[in-house]
Amino acid sequence: MQRLISSIASRLVIAVPYLWLLIFFLIPFIIVFKISLSQGATSIPPYAPTFDLSAGWQGLKDSFAQFSWDNYVWLVEDPLYYKAYLSSVLIAAVSTLLTLIVGYPIAYGMARAPTTIRPTLLMLVILPFWTSFLIRVYAWIGILKPEGLLNQFLMWAHVIDTPLNILNTNTAVFIGIVYSYLPFLVLPIYSALEKMDYSLVEAAEDLGCPPILAFWKITFRLSMPGVIAGCFLVFIPAVGEFVIPDLLGGSQTLMIGKTLWSEFFSNRDWPVSSAVAVVLLLLLVVPIVLFQRAESRARESEK
Amino acid sequence: MNTTWSRFNIVSLVLGFAFLYLPIVLLVVYSFNESRLVTVWAGFSTKWYVSLFNNQPFIDAAWVTIRVGLISATVATVLGTLGALAMTRYTRFRGRLLFSAMIYAPLVMPEVITGLSMLLLFVAIGFDRGIWTMVLAHITFSMCFVAVVVQSRLVTFDRSLEEAAMDLGATPVTTFFRITLPVILPAVVSGWMLAFTLSIDDLVISSFTSGPGATTLPMRIYSQVRLGVTPEINAACTILIAIVAVGVIIASIANKRREVQKARDEQAAARN
Repeated sequence: MQRLISSIASRLVIAVPYLWLLIFFLIPFIIVFKISLSQGATSIPPYAPTFDLSAGWQGLKDSFAQFSWDNYVWLVEDPLYYKAYLSSVLIAAVSTLLTLIVGYPIAYGMARAPTTIRPTLLMLVILPFWTSFLIRVYAWIGILKPEGLLNQFLMWAHVIDTPLNILNTNTAVFIGIVYSYLPFLVLPIYSALEKMDYSLVEAAEDLGCPPILAFWKITFRLSMPGVIAGCFLVFIPAVGEFVIPDLLGGSQTLMIGKTLWSEFFSNRDWPVSSAVAVVLLLLLVVPIVLFQRAESRARESEK
Repeated sequence: MNTTWSRFNIVSLVLGFAFLYLPIVLLVVYSFNESRLVTVWAGFSTKWYVSLFNNQPFIDAAWVTIRVGLISATVATVLGTLGALAMTRYTRFRGRLLFSAMIYAPLVMPEVITGLSMLLLFVAIGFDRGIWTMVLAHITFSMCFVAVVVQSRLVTFDRSLEEAAMDLGATPVTTFFRITLPVILPAVVSGWMLAFTLSIDDLVISSFTSGPGATTLPMRIYSQVRLGVTPEINAACTILIAIVAVGVIIASIANKRREVQKARDEQAAARN
């Protein structure tokens, strides 16, 4: 009896979360793919009928016959979409680079800090992550507005005479992404740098290597696993970002997350927004797989 | 190593933390601004908090947010802990690769895709959208975060403790509740907190999956922000920040206490 309960329990441990994710994560993707192949309609829900199980095998065959790649053809033909994909990737790439430039010195400073204050510094980097993403993005609107705090400060300091137009431009989107995703980049780089043996750098400098070259050839090289992990953690979510381009970007800021949102909520075109989602997913599969491979390699090298 | 903590390092840390904290500090400061303009300081006032508490839609949204957060974080913690156990304890079962892919994928999945796919599922099965569809969606994405947090604790878990308990005749189920769960409890608690924060912060997935009558605080804030920046939103944001900050501080104090207690116990054990 006891053994029976245990074997049931151990099976449930796997089955319950597994089934949950199958139903609420995997099956929804299959539905997205299916609807991306169906026709738009002005009914509720706004797409042509899905499978009708009561119609049996014939019904299934009929609905397969109705599948069309029209929505994908539409995505290719309308320049809006591929421009949006391209500019999302571009904006995400530039922001990732900027985040690296801002984040690396922070991670380096933390790793070189006295060991007693490191936990506090770590806590300080993680803490903003606990505050709402939306709030952190919203906070920048008040700063970047033409009559906002940044312009007030710069004019008070006589750096500029006329207010800078930053809000509703791509620059504001870059600032927003760097700000929101900074902890994702700092933490992996910090953990790579913290493990590093600094006597290597000292040895190089003793042998006459200039500090900058020693940093580049030893420190940066050894922190590469952290840099790669951090960059992926910024790049992947940034490509599909919606809140930042919507609140900080302007009308000329094209990002695919925003396109999907407006296709869905404003145009009510569910099949096209599903097709947009499928293509976005395919676009992200490559970096996600690369990221997971880099992660497992890093884990193996630790062993 | 202290000598190598140069001026450059200190400056980059100060600038970095200023960049991280200044926007939030300014937001909080201007929530106490007398003027309706967010960017012009006109004296200290708490009137925006008063007007916020008289704003019924905001209060309703706050209740929806808290209810969704509490329910979804609790269920997500149970499911995520089970998932972490499945990942670490059963290295071989059919479809394990798919399982781990489904645990890790939601962590990096763009929210617009998760939201859209969940919504289409609910439409396909004819589930009326409202607070419960939102709860289901929140459970699904936050359980994966819980699983990762708990898993990292389970990996370092000393399994000889469990083996000892089972050698002494405890059933696996008893062993789990008497040995495993108390040891991994800090990770389970921080997993719950993470799930709760993710839930009360979420905008995109909630917007897709909620129906009429179920508006959360981030959704309310978002629709107000589109109309312009007001001190009232600053006040709402400040309250949200305060709730999270108090939670994090309590958790870290509890953690510290436990560590001190543990160190004391270990010392006592060493003396004996």
